[in-house]
Amino acid sequence: MIEFQWDWDFAWEVLPLLLDACKITLQATVLGSLLAIVIGLLLALLRRSKWKAVRYSAYWWMEFVRSTPLLVQIYFLYYVAPEWGLNLSPMVTGVLALGMHYGAYLSEVFRSGIDGVDKGQWEASIALNLSPYHTYRDVILPQALRAMIPATGNYIIAMFKETPQLSAITLLEMLQLAKIMGSENFRYLEPFTLVGLIYLVLSLIASAGIRQAERRFPKEGFTLS
Amino acid sequence: MADLTIRNLKKSFEDIDIIKGIDLDIKDHEFVVFVGPSGCGKSTLLRLIAGLEEVSSGTIHLDDRDITDVAPAKRDLAMVFQTYALYPHMTVRKNMSFALELAGADKAEINRKVDEAAQILELGHLLDRKPKALSGGQRQRVAIGRSIVRHPKIFLFDEPLSNLDAALRVQMRLELARLHHELKATMIYVTHDQVEAMTLADKVVVLNGGHIEQVGSPLELYHHPVNAFVAGFIGTPKMAFLKGKVEKADRAGVTVKLDCGPEYQLPLDGSRLKAGESVTFGMRPEHIEVTAADASPFKVTLDVTEHLGADTFCYVKAQNGETLTVRAGGDYAGRFGEQVGLTPDLAHCHLFDEKGRAVPKPGAPAKAA
Repeated sequence: MIEFQWDWDFAWEVLPLLLDACKITLQATVLGSLLAIVIGLLLALLRRSKWKAVRYSAYWWMEFVRSTPLLVQIYFLYYVAPEWGLNLSPMVTGVLALGMHYGAYLSEVFRSGIDGVDKGQWEASIALNLSPYHTYRDVILPQALRAMIPATGNYIIAMFKETPQLSAITLLEMLQLAKIMGSENFRYLEPFTLVGLIYLVLSLIASAGIRQAERRFPKEGFTLS
Repeated sequence: MADLTIRNLKKSFEDIDIIKGIDLDIKDHEFVVFVGPSGCGKSTLLRLIAGLEEVSSGTIHLDDRDITDVAPAKRDLAMVFQTYALYPHMTVRKNMSFALELAGADKAEINRKVDEAAQILELGHLLDRKPKALSGGQRQRVAIGRSIVRHPKIFLFDEPLSNLDAALRVQMRLELARLHHELKATMIYVTHDQVEAMTLADKVVVLNGGHIEQVGSPLELYHHPVNAFVAGFIGTPKMAFLKGKVEKADRAGVTVKLDCGPEYQLPLDGSRLKAGESVTFGMRPEHIEVTAADASPFKVTLDVTEHLGADTFCYVKAQNGETLTVRAGGDYAGRFGEQVGLTPDLAHCHLFDEKGRAVPKPGAPAKAA
């Protein structure tokens, strides 16, 4: 019978191993977040294109990704893509799946942030002969960023908590390791509790960081040049 | 040189015609004001000139160059927006220099231009502040400064004073007039406030429903409106319009019997009018004298009086229910419901035919735009 009494010795024994596996979780989250931000921004810009075909393609891609489960996307990239000659490691697959999935969500965040910038700012940039690149880089995005921070942060935290799904493709992240340790020692209480606590602590730190960033970020935006 | 020539300019949004074939000439150094009611197309016309809207048909020439399809920034025009459209994350200096920096202009040249504009607009002490730390009037000046540094051929202003309070509007109006003289620039200015139009313009363009009603100097529009629309739009308080019928009309004059009672003989060329024709009699509040009720055939009842110090505006009702405004002296003290007489200055009164066209003075036919 499985014992439900806390064993401190066992907890201290598994904690370093779990923290080590946490690096994999964080690595997947950080890389996935960076990819999601790039994809999200790209989709947001494509959805503002003057060409209808580009706008619709970006929209339907985003809808498709958001309307299918992350796990299906992970499986597809890991098990189906090799049939088309795309052999990816579990980590690369995981980062790609997380980036694509959350990029679709972030594209809406970025689009609404960009749309929130006053129309006059665009027209002034046109009248002053700013290229689209400089208009976005120096005028629009610096003003839109503050509005994007909270939702972007929330999605990144959500992504962090979704990383256990990567265990389905043999990525040895924190939760998968806890499961293995539990089954090896017939003690699940300590590893799963510790994993939960690690997720909780890191999520709270991230939330506080996001709130701080939002507070510290100048209301009117910042200048890059 | 900065002559702007607009020929048969049209703009449609889907099936709706916004600008309906406009012809207009703007000469070098002129201060031209587009004025008209909301939705008349004045801002759209300005945006077409700026290149922020695409022309449906027609042409725009700047000097001898066709700029109809030229990109906004390549037109050598500078626009000052209603919302100022300052970059909130940049300092005043950066706002003014930013476009020049991106264009790769020489640093020393940029600084010289910014300092020059700052001096003209008295912004020197504000160059390191961000827009949020500025008042409405200061923001407006920065927006103008951002245009000045580009040395454009024409300045375009889109209702630039509408976000300011009344006192600041007066001050900025004076500054804009001073700026026009100082820069010797061509300026095109959009407003719905005809006081701004009258005080700033060399030439006023009155727009209505996407076409030009009349073009002329402020006083020309005031004294010789070509139709009832212009007459009613120019002047504060607005002209009073009373319905009437032509009794007799020839080149020497027109006799009109008003529906509200009195009959007047006007020194106008009535050769195109017929006896019995319906007309509209127009008189401005400042061209009517309030008299005792028995001293005039035109009897009215006092409704509301507004004392403004130098003037008193009396809102009165004629016997047939028509209402009009009269400007009396500052000390005038009429009572609500009191019967008074009105004596119009017939030399300054106007008459409009059934189609709303002005009946001209002898030897001076009014011309529509």
